[in-house]
Amino acid sequence: MATLNLNGKDVSLPDDPRTTLLDFLHQHLSLFGTKKGCDHGQCGACTVIADGERINACLVFAFQLEDAEVTTIEGIGNGADEALHPLQQAFIERDAFQCGYCTSGQICSGISLLRELSNEDPSAVTYSRSRNSTASLKEDISERMSGNLCRCGAYPNIVDAITDVIALEKQ
Amino acid sequence: MQPFNLHHYNGDTSLDNFPLSNTSRFLAGGTNLIDLMKLQVETPETLVSLAKWEKANAITEDDNHYYIGAMVSNSDLAKFAHTQPALSILAQALLSGATVQLRNRATTAGNLLQRTRCYYFYDTTKACNKREPGTGCSAINSMNRIHAIFGTSEHCIATHPSDMAVAMMALNAQVHTQQPNGNTRQIALRDFYREPGDTPHIENHLEDDELITHISIEKKANGTQYYHKVRDRSSYAFALVSVAAGLKIDDGRVKDLTLAFGGVGTKPWYPQKAIRVLEGAEITPEVISQAAEAELSSAKTYGSNDFKPELLRRTLEKVLLEIAEHQEKHPEHEGALYDNA
Repeated sequence: MATLNLNGKDVSLPDDPRTTLLDFLHQHLSLFGTKKGCDHGQCGACTVIADGERINACLVFAFQLEDAEVTTIEGIGNGADEALHPLQQAFIERDAFQCGYCTSGQICSGISLLRELSNEDPSAVTYSRSRNSTASLKEDISERMSGNLCRCGAYPNIVDAITDVIALEKQ
Repeated sequence: MQPFNLHHYNGDTSLDNFPLSNTSRFLAGGTNLIDLMKLQVETPETLVSLAKWEKANAITEDDNHYYIGAMVSNSDLAKFAHTQPALSILAQALLSGATVQLRNRATTAGNLLQRTRCYYFYDTTKACNKREPGTGCSAINSMNRIHAIFGTSEHCIATHPSDMAVAMMALNAQVHTQQPNGNTRQIALRDFYREPGDTPHIENHLEDDELITHISIEKKANGTQYYHKVRDRSSYAFALVSVAAGLKIDDGRVKDLTLAFGGVGTKPWYPQKAIRVLEGAEITPEVISQAAEAELSSAKTYGSNDFKPELLRRTLEKVLLEIAEHQEKHPEHEGALYDNA
């Protein structure tokens, strides 16, 4: 039987191939932490992590992820004590949300960003850094997070929360 | 979304096993096709998923060429191109496009074949010759700020949206394909796209049953390279105008030039007239202006996009002057303008 691994557990793929990963999470698995914003890949509210990479759950059919390991916001917290991920904690401390609708996507995106930075993956901003000395880590974070919209406008605090965790990881 | 029959291609079986026609589509990453299917702009009866075609995920190289598999993601290609000074322009273009989430799913072949972002193409209540041939073009006499000035026709003025394809146009990439009968062929990307003419729904020279297997790019020095994209916001927006350029200067004159424009053409635009003016010339504002004028002699604007010729002229001048200045100071430089030489 075709499955994908969701937050550590194998789940059977839906029968209807038209089912996007996002609709699969909502309608088949009752996992509503991943949000449907635009449903067209424009807002990033549905961001999840598939095989280590962040993707828009609304623009992929579930069957395309057969055998993939998918992590949603429900799988982000750690261990039996359900401790928050450091980025979740930083979002609380920095008031990095208001209505919260975009937050699960922001967190999944931000966690992937931490890995991409540690891998030294290039971005449009890192290209210009050597020439433009004012290009900063915060600009780079903004560029890398441009696929996650926040209509409350919590962007500065989101960038601060991510910056905090980067500093934490360097300690 | 309309129901469809689903097939899986893994690279080991023949394409002959699939009912390929003008009502079938190959599904690569899906970032564009799934969106269009939700809107019922695309209503394929058959989808052939390429998710299990693992061989197409590889980038390989020999002494003379890079070979990029059809299913290599835009993220992986950007990371690879970033390590190759001669492909810097490709990395810059890829990283200027879309978002990390989209680049992680979007593929090399899918990027080349993505459809226009013309508002009227997406709006099924509006006439669009590209979506429904013969219904008319809603853009020509309406909002057309993002639309093309090169290669247009009275039937369609939609812009090709890709950044990656603009860089590949400059790099003279070759598209490699296969068909169910086993035939393979190689098409220069510069010959791959069709201008809309009176058939804007036919965008390239692929047959309905033809599959892109990989892209090849010749290994050669491209000098100082710069992909400059002008858009409405600093990230996650399509180009209003973009210029991809690589330049080598020898003794004050253009020795090698690679150049292409984005955001201005019905296909990624290879500006042959401008290149002819610039070849062997000394890069000065006057020469750049002559080159821009030569290319713009065939441009046509439609009201809301009247600003594009001047924006293209200025963008071309900025890009060429900056990379020429860098080449003068660092004649052996190979890579991004912003790399420390």
